[in-house]
Amino acid sequence: METNNTNNFEPKVVAFVCNWCTYAGADLTGTSRIKYATNVKIIRFPCTGRIDFMLLMKAFANGADGIIISGCHPNDCHYTSGNFHARRRWMIFRNLLDFIGMDVNRIVFSWVSAAEGAKWAEVVNESVDQFRQLGPATSYQKLIKNSEFQEVE
Amino acid sequence: MARIGVFICHCGENISATVDCEKVAKVASEFPGVTVSVDYKYMCSDPGQNMVKEAILEHNLTGVVVSACSPRMHEPTFRNACAEAGLNPFLCEMANIREHCSWVHEKSDATTDKAIDIVRTLVEKVKRNEALAPIYVPITKTAVVIGGGVAGIQASLDIADAGHKVVLVEREPSIGGHMSQLSETFPTLDCSQCILTPRMVDVARHPNITLYTYAEIESVDGSIGNFNVKIRLKSKSLDEKLCTGCGACIQKCPVKKIPSEFEQGLGKRTAIYVPFPQAVPNKPVIDRVNCTYYIKGKCKVCEIVCPTKAIRFDQEDSFVEVQAGALLLATGFDVLKTNFFPEYGYGKYEDVIDGLAFERLASASGPTKGEIRRPSDGEIPKKIVFIACAGSRDPAKGIEYCSKICCMYTAKHAMLYKHKVHEGTPYIFYMDIRATGKMYEEFVRRAIEEDEVKYIRGRVSQVYEKNGKLIVRGVDTLLMGQPVEIEADMVVLATAGIASPGSEELAQKLHVSYDKHKFFSEAHPKLKPVETNTAGIYLAGACQSTKDIPETVAAASGAAAKIAGLFSNDLLKRDPLIAVVKKCAPPLYSSCTGCFMCIPVCPYQAIDKEEIKDRSGNIIKTISHINPGLCQGCGTCVAFCKSKSIDILGYNHDQVCAEVEALLNEW
Repeated sequence: METNNTNNFEPKVVAFVCNWCTYAGADLTGTSRIKYATNVKIIRFPCTGRIDFMLLMKAFANGADGIIISGCHPNDCHYTSGNFHARRRWMIFRNLLDFIGMDVNRIVFSWVSAAEGAKWAEVVNESVDQFRQLGPATSYQKLIKNSEFQEVE
Repeated sequence: MARIGVFICHCGENISATVDCEKVAKVASEFPGVTVSVDYKYMCSDPGQNMVKEAILEHNLTGVVVSACSPRMHEPTFRNACAEAGLNPFLCEMANIREHCSWVHEKSDATTDKAIDIVRTLVEKVKRNEALAPIYVPITKTAVVIGGGVAGIQASLDIADAGHKVVLVEREPSIGGHMSQLSETFPTLDCSQCILTPRMVDVARHPNITLYTYAEIESVDGSIGNFNVKIRLKSKSLDEKLCTGCGACIQKCPVKKIPSEFEQGLGKRTAIYVPFPQAVPNKPVIDRVNCTYYIKGKCKVCEIVCPTKAIRFDQEDSFVEVQAGALLLATGFDVLKTNFFPEYGYGKYEDVIDGLAFERLASASGPTKGEIRRPSDGEIPKKIVFIACAGSRDPAKGIEYCSKICCMYTAKHAMLYKHKVHEGTPYIFYMDIRATGKMYEEFVRRAIEEDEVKYIRGRVSQVYEKNGKLIVRGVDTLLMGQPVEIEADMVVLATAGIASPGSEELAQKLHVSYDKHKFFSEAHPKLKPVETNTAGIYLAGACQSTKDIPETVAAASGAAAKIAGLFSNDLLKRDPLIAVVKKCAPPLYSSCTGCFMCIPVCPYQAIDKEEIKDRSGNIIKTISHINPGLCQGCGTCVAFCKSKSIDILGYNHDQVCAEVEALLNEW
């Protein structure tokens, strides 16, 4: 694990979550008024199976310091098997990440159900701590030029 | 040119207490493409919705972002408002700055900045939203009700009375559930079977209800409006059409000492049996585990005595497939068993029983014909100690919740005992008395004041046997924690209500969510109490959480009304957020290369192959084709597509990429 001791560093974390479990779980965190770090911002997907892992590279290219992917627990997928596909893709993708020299600790893969509001707060806080230790992620950003997608007028 | 309207809600103070809503509105007004940006105290109120509608008309908006609560809460509200103002509802998005921001962070600049980022993300998304039209699918107007307890019975009758077909599936040989085991019901003390059994008969007779007992759900596929349910009919070793239910086989069956499940093991039954005399259908099944013929290969007494020759030893499980528009889960609960309570000697001493067993002792149709006698020696107990919260509200045992029914049935048990054994003394150890229903508190007062039930507030630490008595050691917390020791003849544990065995497997077959105690989860704890998160699958009764009979019946009728409501339309409107294969002009027609990776990953078998032909009918190429009726919009195929030829409406590539950029670029 790379370490970086910039204490004031606040990582930018993008969470890719599924609509049915983790998004609802994060809603429950809110309804239960459990506090967590402001560093994490959520993007909603129908299912973790929808998450094209190139989007993770895109997030790193755009300045993310860490990523959380979270969906339904195994066997609980709203669409039966999307989370299994996501998990399998992740197992392969993390090898690729490792190979190209990205720290795999910058991505947290977890399951948070719609009933686990407290767990979502834990996942966020632990991940933010982990990413804070790792420091800013700049290596991949430097390789990429931004804005391959044009502004819609 | 995009003209987006941004509407920031204060939600009273729920958002504005930690987020500077005015600042969010001001910053958002400067986002590219935003025409109007305002904040208001209650966006979901009528005046709030009118603000949205008026802005759409006044500024001719091309998209709306309502920045308020979770889309799971109010997305339909605002999409409808947009539609009323003439804007396609799918051009409206919600930015969740309440559950995901104001409620989870303290008041600070960082919280306001996060809200701004969330709004920016959704503005960029909505710019790329497309106007979509809902999909309409036909509805099969048949409901499958799973579980034939009081919830399933009530719901089946309600749906059938509304004029729709019902298939009721029960895994035991008879419908009736736990309610048929109860002696009398609180708070009126009327006989449970007297209320229930006529309803059971109604179910069997109703022309709109098909009843499958001794049957289980094998598999379910399809979706709301059009489920395909495969039901396994377990072999009853009986031709039901020939059987008249005369009972000759039951009388002659030589295996007579099997503990009866219905009697909670206090009574015995034969190997060919009906669970209880009022069973519906009143036709026996053979318990193959205990039948001599299946063990030793000979006996067949039942076959010999059967006047209609209805016994079928070689019968195998069979299957039926049912097309249904809606499913109702009414699988009920169970009470905690086994040696979960070594300190109370449950399972060790015969006279330590659970509440359901006491119901059988107190029931006029029970093994003692309604006399309270101890299981060990048949003596009438002089002192009974009832222990409430045995397992419930006990995090150490893994059950934090209150089982809700025990306070009341324990009071009822103590009363019934006192009514039947006048000289007896009932004691109840309790933590709190929760009597919150109509006439419930009065009922408990009656137990204390008229029937002199001795309530002791405190927990029991141990129950052990000494000289033929059960010594109950506890503490009276109202007497400064003074230890109490009672020599009891019998101990009744109000054991926790738990999810019915098999709930988890069933939930997985149906893709409905369940909580950590394996109770099925409702779609919304307040506003959608009888729906699951899976469209078209509903809930009723104690399979959701332990409930008493009035609540169960209310929930069942509620769910039945929901299903009847669904069936009142011929077509079902569905969100069009589904995957599509991108088409383009000739000569390629589509960037799809025909690798068909998408076909095996689709959980709904919604993808097949489509041939593209030229004018003379020659096949140019074969590409994937997505059936819009089957696609549920998970998007797994989108992530798998190597040529990026499949996209999903509402979460398309441009939208999610723009979201990632918008979220990070200004951060």
